[in-house]
Amino acid sequence: MKTAVIVFPASNCDRDAAVALEKITGHKAEMVWHRETSLPAGIDFVVIPGGFSYGDYLRSGAMAARSPIVKDIVAKAKLGLPVAGFCNGFQILTETGLLPGALMRNKNLKFVCRPEKLKITNGNTRYTSKYGNKIDVTFPVAHHDGNYFADDETLNKLEKSGRVVFRYVDNPNGSARDIAGICNEAGNVFGMMPHPERAIDPLHGGTDGLDLFKSIIESI
Amino acid sequence: MKAIIHVGLKPGVLDPQGRAIARSLSDLGFNEVQQARQGKVIELDLSGEDIALAESRVKEMCEKLLANTVIESYLIEIED
Repeated sequence: MKTAVIVFPASNCDRDAAVALEKITGHKAEMVWHRETSLPAGIDFVVIPGGFSYGDYLRSGAMAARSPIVKDIVAKAKLGLPVAGFCNGFQILTETGLLPGALMRNKNLKFVCRPEKLKITNGNTRYTSKYGNKIDVTFPVAHHDGNYFADDETLNKLEKSGRVVFRYVDNPNGSARDIAGICNEAGNVFGMMPHPERAIDPLHGGTDGLDLFKSIIESI
Repeated sequence: MKAIIHVGLKPGVLDPQGRAIARSLSDLGFNEVQQARQGKVIELDLSGEDIALAESRVKEMCEKLLANTVIESYLIEIED
């Protein structure tokens, strides 16, 4: 099992993601710099971590989505490679078009940083299968641009096809229909604003994030 | 040649920053302000002299990077 974490200038959750992956797989994740033009051979799962890639210049995630390594990730994701983006990683995935919609400035204009209660709205995805009957989880959020937007047609399509995977219980950012996390049509690409990688150790205040990593790793 | 690109949120997309600006202006006594929308202006210095070509190239830049057309629209001005 080989995993990779992409590192951009001003990524800040890359190490948390690497710790989470090592905890589940027993192997160190490859840290891949954004100027690389392709993933190392044999990578089974990629995490695009949180942070403020390229200083959030232009729009959150806009520059990172056009970086050399992301071109390769997009091509491989379209062939089925599992790719998850958390926080800034989710913003980057929407900017690439792998996931629909966009993340806009929080409705109340405030940076929100707190443990956030979520509901798993689809437990049959590659990212949620290990949660079993559990539908209430708490992951930390820490973002300024987490207000999920998509047109009504896209939102209806996401809901009908079970691609809304997580919803906020107490919407912290104005996201359309309380959406916290979505996946692509094929189910291999997943993005969410909350941070499962910051909920994998009792010292984090909870371990609800572990099953997300277990789910996707075991599905490979 | 210069290209001036105005990028802003599409009509109907909630603009919380614009709303905060409108409220602040109203607090300052500018009661005529009904609504504010905030965008950004990007200026590019371009080589070449073909205005039509510049316009089509800048449009491509907007579609590929400068605007996120899921939420934003753009307006291009080309100056000699």
